[in-house]
Amino acid sequence: MRRYVAARLGQAAVLLLGVSVIGFALMHLAPGGPLALYTLNPTVTAQDIERVKHLFGLDQPVYVQYVKWVYGFLSGHWGYSFFGGRSVAPIVLERIPATLELMGSSLLLALAMGVAIGIWAAVRRNTLVDYGTATVAMLALSLPTFWFGLLAIYVFAQVLGWLPAGGIETTGNGSLIDRLTHLLLPMLVLALVLTAQWSRYTRSAMIDILTQDYIRTARAKGLGPVRVLVGHGLRAALVPLVTLAGLQLPLLVGGALVTETVFSWPGMGLLFISALDNRDYPVLMAILMVGALFVVLGNLAADIAVALIDPRIRLSHV
Amino acid sequence: MSDAVAPGKIAADIVAPPRAYRPGVVRRFVRHRLAVLGVVLIALLGIASVAAPYLAPYDPDEIDIGARYAPPLAENHLLGSDDLGRDVTTRLMYAGRISLSVGVAAMLVTLVVGFAIGAFAAYLGGWVDTVLMRLTDVMLCFPSVFLLLFVAAFVAPSLTSMALMIGLTCWMEIARIVHAQILTLKQADFIAAAEMAGAPAWRIVLRQILPNSLAPILVAATLNTANAILLESYISFLGYGIQPPQASWGNMLTNAQSDFQVDPWLAVFPGLAITLAVASFNFIGDGLRDALDPRLRRR
Repeated sequence: MRRYVAARLGQAAVLLLGVSVIGFALMHLAPGGPLALYTLNPTVTAQDIERVKHLFGLDQPVYVQYVKWVYGFLSGHWGYSFFGGRSVAPIVLERIPATLELMGSSLLLALAMGVAIGIWAAVRRNTLVDYGTATVAMLALSLPTFWFGLLAIYVFAQVLGWLPAGGIETTGNGSLIDRLTHLLLPMLVLALVLTAQWSRYTRSAMIDILTQDYIRTARAKGLGPVRVLVGHGLRAALVPLVTLAGLQLPLLVGGALVTETVFSWPGMGLLFISALDNRDYPVLMAILMVGALFVVLGNLAADIAVALIDPRIRLSHV
Repeated sequence: MSDAVAPGKIAADIVAPPRAYRPGVVRRFVRHRLAVLGVVLIALLGIASVAAPYLAPYDPDEIDIGARYAPPLAENHLLGSDDLGRDVTTRLMYAGRISLSVGVAAMLVTLVVGFAIGAFAAYLGGWVDTVLMRLTDVMLCFPSVFLLLFVAAFVAPSLTSMALMIGLTCWMEIARIVHAQILTLKQADFIAAAEMAGAPAWRIVLRQILPNSLAPILVAATLNTANAILLESYISFLGYGIQPPQASWGNMLTNAQSDFQVDPWLAVFPGLAITLAVASFNFIGDGLRDALDPRLRRR
């Protein structure tokens, strides 16, 4: 087990190194380099550009910059924002709790609803329930999240006035209730797509399992339907579902970005959009890395969890 | 002379997919009613888009300040008019040209790039395989929206650049499918049997490998089209994609937030168009999966 975890950790590190190379290359492939936006500004003189280039180390060869950047990233110095000059690390890190709050609550909600719907559809296979949930799930996967979010804001915030239109809390009122009412709408919008995916995967995993002999045995020995489904069925479905949780992370992180921009949710996604408008490459690069870190660590956690659940997997890798 | 076979017959025999493969594909696809509905909807959207210059009641950029914010079913505007008095029906049709083209073109890019990378890796093996498939893994670590916006911010937006960008960030699944398919098929008994029977390589590729790997690739390509349309709408919505006055379904929603205050319908129709197009492609992909590969069929 220890060797398996060590090997997966090594792979994760290599992946992140690859991510950083691609991100860094893209940043420097930008026509005119990272400072292109500023060369167009008539109030910024050529000397200013040279001075800023020197200040941020952009006059050094790219590979030197890259090595310095990697070293800095590992030691917690993520460079300085082009816009305002603050240190990047705190700018990005202070946004993570809000993003985690949104992503975590959506994921939990989607998990609960998706697994329940998936089991329901699997048990009622090839009935109206099955076809109905499949169709609704497919429609949910086809909705542009940003548009659905705006529609939800229009209906629930403007027309009905039940919920706030955006933000994480009312300024000056940070009570739990206030925060929850702000969380509800973006959480539901983000959870919709995830629920659709979960329900479909749970359904197919459960159908594979429910046709197994040991399920028939469990039924034959007189176990109640709930114990058969949850104790025998869902337990066996855990492996594919945990793997899916890992694979869903890019979707979750990307979906969070979309949802945050629509709901003015002050997380990393909103920061990414404002950094994009300012062509603030050090911040963009840091968010790209943190996003990839989420994905890689999530996959790693899923792999380790699967190995813990299923001895066949951990033994086959020793 | 009765033994002689017409040359055309041989050619048809070679080109036709294996007999066991073809029957039932259409029948199984037609049984998936939502997939058929998807085909019909895509056909309608496609015709409306392609024939927009002939069918559309107005010019897409025709401004009529006197008729701003006309409601749907208004006298001269079936779906109303926008903040500049431009006809929404017309603009939706022209926007469909852009959005559907980007979706299909991006899908073609994912096919070409994914197939090239997957096939090269599987055929050449060794370090080429390792490098290419690790590159695929690395690309999968990026949430695609982040990567796409990062690139879109400094590329001049156009139909071509949008299709290329989306295609170049979404080819990984196809590469993995092609890679796995070729590795499995290389060892399959029926390929060895065909080789032993003396079939030339091109015949093996054409009659054994292609039909057997086509199904998952086709399904993934259809789903990629749906995904590309969604991504284009989001990038254009944020202002980094197709630039106004040229209309795309995404950039027609750029002002959706304020439109909801003034004229909610303006923000509804483009979103419906996106949902319809994306759902249609998703349903078609689902139907193709059922029809092409009985092994993958839902039970």
